[in-house]
Amino acid sequence: MHRTGSRGFYFFLIFFVLFALFLYGPMFSIILLSFQGPEGGLTFPMNGFSLHWFGELWEGAGVVDIGSAFRRSLLLGFVVMVLTVVLSVAAGLAFRKQFRGAELLFLTTIASLIVPSIVLSLGVALEFRLLDETIKWFGELFEIEKIIYDFQTTLGMFTSGMGTQLTWTLPFGLLIMFAVFNRFDKSYEEAAKDLGATQWQTIREVVLPIIAPSIIGIGLFGFTLSYDELARSSQVMGATNTLPLELRGLTTTVTTPIIYALGTITTLFSFAVIGLFFLAFWLLSRSRSKVRS
Amino acid sequence: MIKLFRYFEPKFSWLALPFAGVFFIFFVIPLFLTIIVSFWDYNDYSIIPDLIFENYIYIFEGCFQFDADLCMTFKTYLSTLYFCLLTWVLTLLVGFSVAYFLAFYVKTIPVQIALFLICTIPFWTSNVIRMVSWIPLLGRHGLINDTLILLGIIDTPVEWFLYSEFSVILALVHLYTLFMIVPIFNSMMRIDKSIIEGAYDAGASEIQILTNIIIPLCKPGIVIGSIFVVTVVMGDFVTIGIMGGQQLASIGKIINTEMNYLQLPGAAANAVILLLITIIIIITMTKFIDIRKEL
Repeated sequence: MHRTGSRGFYFFLIFFVLFALFLYGPMFSIILLSFQGPEGGLTFPMNGFSLHWFGELWEGAGVVDIGSAFRRSLLLGFVVMVLTVVLSVAAGLAFRKQFRGAELLFLTTIASLIVPSIVLSLGVALEFRLLDETIKWFGELFEIEKIIYDFQTTLGMFTSGMGTQLTWTLPFGLLIMFAVFNRFDKSYEEAAKDLGATQWQTIREVVLPIIAPSIIGIGLFGFTLSYDELARSSQVMGATNTLPLELRGLTTTVTTPIIYALGTITTLFSFAVIGLFFLAFWLLSRSRSKVRS
Repeated sequence: MIKLFRYFEPKFSWLALPFAGVFFIFFVIPLFLTIIVSFWDYNDYSIIPDLIFENYIYIFEGCFQFDADLCMTFKTYLSTLYFCLLTWVLTLLVGFSVAYFLAFYVKTIPVQIALFLICTIPFWTSNVIRMVSWIPLLGRHGLINDTLILLGIIDTPVEWFLYSEFSVILALVHLYTLFMIVPIFNSMMRIDKSIIEGAYDAGASEIQILTNIIIPLCKPGIVIGSIFVVTVVMGDFVTIGIMGGQQLASIGKIINTEMNYLQLPGAAANAVILLLITIIIIITMTKFIDIRKEL
C-alpha cells in the first residue's frame, strides 16, 4: 500500500511538485523581475539586467519612507515576538493543570484566531476612540492643561497595534504549547521532584530546557506573523504605518519594478529570519541531544 | 498562619493571567463595544450614545421587496459566500491531496519534515508581496498571456486573468491552502497505519481505503481547516481589494470603507451581522468534532 513507485505515488508526487511551483513560482518571478533593466516594465521579458530598481528604492524615488516603516515593523515584530513567547509559555504551563475558566479561556483564544480580522480591527479602534474621548472629558472636567492642549490619541503602534497583533500571534503560541505538552514525557519531571526539586525549580531546570526548541518555534510565529500582519492592524496603528500597510498602499500607486525590488528585499529578509530561527532550533536540539547522550 | 501562606502561594493558573488579560482587553471588550456601538447614532464628527436601529435598517433597506432586484447587501453577501464556497472547495481538494502525499507516500520523517516546511515557509512571508507576485504572470502582457499567444491558442490577451474574480480566488487559494494542509496532515498522521495495512491485505483498493478509512478519520482535520478558510474569506478585504483591483465588493470591504468615512456605528452594525453569520457557519461545522482532542 502507498508504495514508492506506484501509479498513485507518481500522480501525487507530480501534484505536489505542481503545488510547490504554484507556491514559489510567482515569488521567484518577482525576484527575477526586480533585476529588470532601467527600461524594463512590470512583466517579462527581462529588458536587460541591472540593479537599477534597487538603486531607485534606496534613493526613495518619491515612495513613502519605506526605511522607517521597515524599522518600525522590525521593532514591533521583535516586541510582539518576546511577548508571544513569554505569555504563551506561561499560559501553556498553567493549562497543564485544570483551573477555573480554563475552558473559557481556550475557547476565547480559538475564537480570536478565527474572528474576521476587520471586525476585531473595528472593535479595537472603537475601544481606543472611546478611551480617548473619556480622557479628554476627564481632562476638561478637572481642567488638566496637559490633557487639554497636548493629548491626541491613545491609538498607536505599541498600544492598540501591538495588542491587536497579539490576538493573532498568541493563539498560535498556545496551540504550539498544547502540542508540545501533549507529547511531553513526564518522567523527567517526576525524577526531578523525587530528587527534591521544588515545583519552580522543576520548571526552570527541567521543563523549560526540554521544550526550548519549541519555544523557538513560537518565536518564529510571533515575529513573522507580526512583521507581515495587515488585516487586523489596518485600523489601529494610529498615525504611523507598518511595512505591510505601506506595501498595500504601494500596490495601487506604484507601476514600476521598484515594487518588485521592495518585494524581493522583504521576501529575502523573511527567508533570512526564518533561516535564523531554524538555525537556533537546530543548535538547541543538538546541544540537548548531546546532554542526553 | 500556615493556611494564609498557602492561600497566597503562587498557583500555576496565575501564569495564564497576562495571557487572559490580552484577550480580555483586545478581544472581549472590543467585540462587546462593537455590538453596543452598532446601536449608536453618529454625525460627521462624532459617534453619539443612543439606542437606535437605524444602522441595521439602513443595511437591509429595500432587501425585502421581492419584486425588485436583490439589494446591495444581499448581493454583497452572496458574492462573498460565492468566494467562500469556491475557495473552500479548491483549498480542500488541493490541501487534502498534498497532505495525503506527505502523510502516506513519503516514508521517511526527515523528507516529510522538509516537504512540510516547503509548504509552510511562504506562510511566514508577506501576504501583500505574495499577491503582487502574480502580476508578472497574470497581467495583460504577463507570462501566461504571452505564452498562450505564442502557442497560438488566443489572439488577444485575456483580460480576466488579473483584477478579477479569477485572480481573487487564485490568490486566496495560494494564501490559505496551508490552513487546510496542516490540520488534515495532522489527522492523517494519527491514523494507525496497521488499519490501512489490514484493509489492503483484505483486498481493499487505494480508492476504497481512501473513501472508507482515511476520509472518515480525517473529518476533524477537514472541519478545522474548513473553519479557518471559510472565516478568513468571509471577513477578507485585503485580498479582494488588491487582487480585485478595488472593483469587487465584499462585506469586509464595506466595513473598511465605512470606517474610513468614520461611519463607525454603521460599520459596527455590518460587523455584528458578519460575526453572526460566521458564528452560524462555525457552529454548524463544530457540531461534528471536539477541537481540543485534535492537538
